[in-house]
Amino acid sequence: MTASADDAALDQARQQAQAARLRQVWATPGGWRYWSAVNNSEVGLWYTATAFVFLLFAGLLGLLIRVQLAVPDNDVLSAELYNQVFTLHGTVMMFLFAVPVFEAFSILILPEMLAARDLPFPRLSAFGYWCFLIGGLFVCGSIFFNAAPDGGWFMYPPLTTDLEQSGIGADIWLLGLSFIEVASIAAAVELIVGVLKCRPPGMRINLIPLYGWYVLVVAGMILFAFPPLIAGDILFELERLLDWPFFDPARGGDPLLWQHLFWIFGHPEVYIVFLPAIALLAMIIPTFAQTPIFGYSWIVLAAVGTGFLSFGLWVHHMYTTGLPAISLGFFSAASVAVAIPTGVQIFVFIATLLVGRATFSVPMLFACGALAIFTLGGLTGVMVALAPFDWQAHDSYFIVAHLHHTLIGGVLFPIIAGIYYFYPFITGRKLSDRLGRWAFWLMFVGFNISFVPMHFTGLRGMPRRIFTYPSGLGWDWLNLVSTIGAFILAAGILVLVLDVLRPKGRQPYVQRNPWRAGTLEWLTEMPGEDWGVRSVPIITSRYPLWDQPDLMRQVDEGRFYLADAEEGRRETLVTSVLDAEPMQCLRVPGNTFLTMAAAGLTGAVFIFATFHWWLATAVSAVLALVAIVAWLWTGTAIIPEKPSKPVGRGLELPLYASGPDSVGWWAMFITMLGDMAAFASLVFGYFFYWTIRPDFPPGPDAGPGVAWPFLALSLILAAWALTLAARRWNRQGLSQNLQLALPLAALLALAGTAALLAGPWQAGLQPQAAVYPATVWLLAGWTACHVVIGAIMQLYGLARSLAHRLTPAHDIDIRNIALYWHFTALTAVVTVAVLALFPKVA
Amino acid sequence: MGGTGAERRRAGWRLAWPAGLALAACSGSQSALDPAGSEAERVAQLFWVMLIGTGVIWSLVIGAAVYAARVRPGPHDPAISRRLIHWGGIGLPVLALTALLAYGLQLMPELRAAGDGLKIEVSGEQWWWRVRYQTADGRSIVSANEIRLPAGERVELTLASPDVIHSLWIPNLAGKVDMIPGRVNRLVLEPTRTGNFRGVCAEFCGASHALMAFAVVVVTRPEFEQWLSQEAAAATGASSAELRRGAVLFEQVGCGGCHAIRGTAAAGTIGPDLTHLASRRTLAAGILPNEPAALRRWIAAADTIKPGVRMPSFGMLPAADLDAIVAYLASLE
Repeated sequence: MTASADDAALDQARQQAQAARLRQVWATPGGWRYWSAVNNSEVGLWYTATAFVFLLFAGLLGLLIRVQLAVPDNDVLSAELYNQVFTLHGTVMMFLFAVPVFEAFSILILPEMLAARDLPFPRLSAFGYWCFLIGGLFVCGSIFFNAAPDGGWFMYPPLTTDLEQSGIGADIWLLGLSFIEVASIAAAVELIVGVLKCRPPGMRINLIPLYGWYVLVVAGMILFAFPPLIAGDILFELERLLDWPFFDPARGGDPLLWQHLFWIFGHPEVYIVFLPAIALLAMIIPTFAQTPIFGYSWIVLAAVGTGFLSFGLWVHHMYTTGLPAISLGFFSAASVAVAIPTGVQIFVFIATLLVGRATFSVPMLFACGALAIFTLGGLTGVMVALAPFDWQAHDSYFIVAHLHHTLIGGVLFPIIAGIYYFYPFITGRKLSDRLGRWAFWLMFVGFNISFVPMHFTGLRGMPRRIFTYPSGLGWDWLNLVSTIGAFILAAGILVLVLDVLRPKGRQPYVQRNPWRAGTLEWLTEMPGEDWGVRSVPIITSRYPLWDQPDLMRQVDEGRFYLADAEEGRRETLVTSVLDAEPMQCLRVPGNTFLTMAAAGLTGAVFIFATFHWWLATAVSAVLALVAIVAWLWTGTAIIPEKPSKPVGRGLELPLYASGPDSVGWWAMFITMLGDMAAFASLVFGYFFYWTIRPDFPPGPDAGPGVAWPFLALSLILAAWALTLAARRWNRQGLSQNLQLALPLAALLALAGTAALLAGPWQAGLQPQAAVYPATVWLLAGWTACHVVIGAIMQLYGLARSLAHRLTPAHDIDIRNIALYWHFTALTAVVTVAVLALFPKVA
Repeated sequence: MGGTGAERRRAGWRLAWPAGLALAACSGSQSALDPAGSEAERVAQLFWVMLIGTGVIWSLVIGAAVYAARVRPGPHDPAISRRLIHWGGIGLPVLALTALLAYGLQLMPELRAAGDGLKIEVSGEQWWWRVRYQTADGRSIVSANEIRLPAGERVELTLASPDVIHSLWIPNLAGKVDMIPGRVNRLVLEPTRTGNFRGVCAEFCGASHALMAFAVVVVTRPEFEQWLSQEAAAATGASSAELRRGAVLFEQVGCGGCHAIRGTAAAGTIGPDLTHLASRRTLAAGILPNEPAALRRWIAAADTIKPGVRMPSFGMLPAADLDAIVAYLASLE
C-alpha cells in the first residue's frame, strides 16, 4: 500500500465514523417515541400532512355548498347547517390550511434550503404543530355536534355578539382560532430567525434563495397582521363573556371597529397566503428553465413592496359601509396599486422562461395553470378595487368567483406544483406523470367550469351566503354548471390524493437532484438522511449546485463545517445577519414529549374556557405554565461543557452566545414586535372611539385619574430599572446583587400592577356600563398582564441564578428578561399617557 | 341552456320542499347587467369596458407565458426579458391603472349626489324591511317589504338597522349600502325606466339571510302620487261577515301586538305594517307570491318557511279561523 492510498482509506474510515455519529445523533426515534420528535423533517411533515387533511375537509364542505346550490329551492341542507358549513369552509381554508401550510412547508424545507440541520427552536416548531392539531380538531369537530360557528368567517358583530343568535360556535371560533394564531405567530418568529441567523457561511443577504426572502416577508407580515386580529378577538370575547360593550352601539360601541381590526388582519392575510405560493413558483420555474431567476432584485423588491402595500388596503372590504368618499378614493388607489408589484412577479417568471430553455413537466403544468387562473383573479381584483364597481360586486357571487380565482390560482395550484416538485425531496420517489396530468386537467377544467360562470351569477344579482334561492332569476343553470364543475375539480383532487397515497414501495428511488435544480435543498440523499446535510457548505452563489462545481461531493465527504457530532449533540451553525459569517455553533434541543404536553395543556385552557368550565381552565393554566417553565428550564440557555469547539476547516466557534448574538434574543425581540402590534391595535381602538364619539372620553375627570396611574408607572419603571441593574451587576460578576434586585423588582412590578388597576377601580368605572370604562379597563388589564408576566420572568431569572444556570459569563436569561422589560416599560408609558393624560387634553 | 330539462328538475325539487313551496321570484328582475337606474347604467358600462380590458391583458400575459414555455422555449436575448419586466410589469400597468382609476373615481361624486326631495327611510330588520316615505311636502307614510319609486327622480334612502348588519341592494338600480346598527347611511337611487325589480339583503344577517328580499316598483310620477295617497289612507273596513270575523280573530289571536293595520285597533310596531298588505307584490319579505294560499301557509307555519323568524306559527288555529284571517288580510288593498 502506498502512503496516499493509506491516507485515502483512513480518510474514508474517518468519514464513515463521522457519518455514523451524525446519523445516531439525528436519528428519528422509533415506536411510540416517534411522536416525541422535534426535528424539522418530522414536524414539518406532520404539519404539512395535517394542513392537507384540513384542506380536504374544507373542500368537502365546499362541495356540500355546491350541492345545496345546484338547483333552486333545494333543501339538502337546512339554513342552520348551511350557515355552519359555509362559515367553517372559509374558516378552515384560511386558518387551518392556507396559513399553516406555508409555515408547515417552510419548516419542512427551509433548513435544507439553507443547509442548516434544523431550525433554531425545534421544540417551538413541535409546540406550534401540536397547538395547530388540537385547535384545528376542536374547530372542525364542532360541526359534528351541530355547534360549529355560523356567523361567517368574518364574524361580524352584532350578529355574533348576540348570545341568542350565536351559540358556542362563536366562542369556538374566537378561542380555537386565537389559540392557533398564537401558534402561527410562534412559527413566524422561528422562521424569521431561521432565515436571518441560520444560513450557511457565505450566503450573504443577496444570495438567499427566493423562497427564503418570501419566508422573511410573509413571516414579517404574520407578525404584524395577526396581532390586530388577536386584539379584536380579545374585545370580542370580552363582550360575549363579560358584556363589555365594545361593539354595542347602544352603549357607545361600534360594530365597525371589529371590521377594521378584522380586515387590517384580513387583507394582509390574502397576501400571506399568496406570496408563499409565488415563492414556490420562484423555486420551480428557474429549475425548469435551467437558468437563474431573471431579475432577482426585481422580484425581491416586488415581494417586499406587496407586503408593505397589503397593510394599506383593508378598507376595500368595507366600501359599502358608508365611509367618506375621500377614504374610498384613497383605498381604491392603493388597492389598484398593489397590482403593480404583483404583476412584476409574474413578469419575472415569464422573463425567466424566455431567457432559459424551458422544459415541461407536471410541476410546470400546474405553474402555468396557476398563472392562467390567478391572472384573471388579479384582473377582477383591479375591477373590485374601484369603489363604484365594488358597490355592485361586493358580497355577490362575483366576489366568490374573484377570491377563488386568486386563492385556487394563486395558492392551491402553486402548492400542488410544489407537491409534485418536492415530493422526491421528501420521499425519494417521484409522483406519477400520467396521474399528474390527469389531476391537472380535471382540476383546471373543473375549476373554470365552476368558477368562471360565478362572475355572471354575481352580477345577475346573486348575493353570497344564501342557503337557497328562488328559480326564475337567471341563476338556475349558472349554479348547476358551477356545481358540475366543482365535482370535476374534486375528481382532480381525488386523483392527486390517490397518487400521493398509492404504495410506492416497488418504485425505485430517484437519482439525487432529480430535476437538476440549483439550490441547496437538492443536496439531499435519496432516500434522505435525518441529518439534513452531511456538512454545512460555504456558499458563493444563488444557485450553488449549478455554479459551485463538485459541491455535492465535498459536502458528502464532510469537507465543510459540522461534519461530525463528537459530543453527541445536535448542532447547527449560526451566522451573521447580513454577511452570513459563522458566529456560533448552536446546540439545538432534541426530542421530548414536553412540548406536546405544553401544547395539550395550553389547548385545554382555551377549550375549557369555551365551555366556561373555569376551575378546569385555571388548573390547566397553572399546569401549562409549569410545563412551559419546565421546557424552558431544561431546554434553553444550557451552559455548554466547554466554551467553544472546532467546527471544521480550522474554525473554532463559541457554543454559547447571549444578547444580540444569540438566536433567543432575536426571537424575543421579534415576538415583542408582534406584541406591540397587538397593543397598538388596542390603542387604535381607543382613538377610533375618540374620533366617532363626542363623549369619548366623557370628560377630563372621567377616567382613572392621574395619581394612581402615575404611581403605577413609577413602580413599573423602577422594576424595569432594577432589571437593567441586575443585568449589569451580573455581567460584573455580582451575582448576589442580581439575586437581591430581581425579587425586589418583581415586588415593585406586582405593586405597580395593583396601582394600575386601582385607578379605574377607585374611580368606580363599570366596564359593562359604556365603552369608555370598558376601554380603560382593557388597556389597564393588558398592561397589567404584561407586568405580571414580567414579574414571573424576574423570579425565573432569580431561580436560574440560584441554580447557577445564569452566571456572569452565561447570561442569556437576564438579557432576554431585560429585553422583554424594555417593551413592557414602553407599553406602560403609553398606557398611562393614554389613560391619565389624554382625557385632560381631549 | 337545457331549459326544459332544468324546468323538470326544478319541478322535482320543488316537491321536496316540506311545505310544498317554492320561493317567489315573480317580483321582477334582479340583475346589475340589466340596468334601470343611472348608477347601475354607469357601473354596467364600467364593467363592460373593464371586461374588454381584462380579456386583452389576460390574453397578452398568458400568450407571453405560453410562448416562452411551450411555443418557442428559449434561450432568448436577455434584453427582451428586461424590457418585458420594465414595460409589462411596470410601464404599461402604471398607465392603464392610472387611466382606469381616473375613470372609476370620477364617477363617484356624481353617483352619490343629493336627492330631489322624496326621502325613504328603510330599516333592515331580521328578516324584513320597514319602509317610511317622507315626502317633500311633509307627509310620512309607513309601509313594508316593498319600495315604490317615481321614475326619473333622485330619491334619497336613509338606511339603518336596529338589530344586526344588513345591506340594501337593488342590482338593477344601484350598488349596495350597508345598514349598520348605531349608524345611518344614505343611498340615492335614480330609476331611469318603469318596471318591477327585486332587491335583497346582501350582508349575511343570520339564519334566514337568504330569505330577506323586497319588491321594487318603479312607476311614473302620477302613478306614484296616486299610489302614495292610497297607501297613506287607513284600511278599508271589512265589508262582509266573513271578513269581519277575520278582523275580530286577528285582534283576538293577538296579531295586533306586532302588526299595525291603520284604522283598526291593531297598532303593533314589532312586525311589518299590514294596512295595505293585499296591494303588495310579495309576502314575507319578497319570498312568497301574494296569494291567499301562500299567506295561509305563512301564518300557519312561518318558521318552516323562514327559519328563525320571530313571528310565531298559528297552525294550531282551527282551519276555518285561519281561512277567515287570511280572507281578511287578503282584502286589505
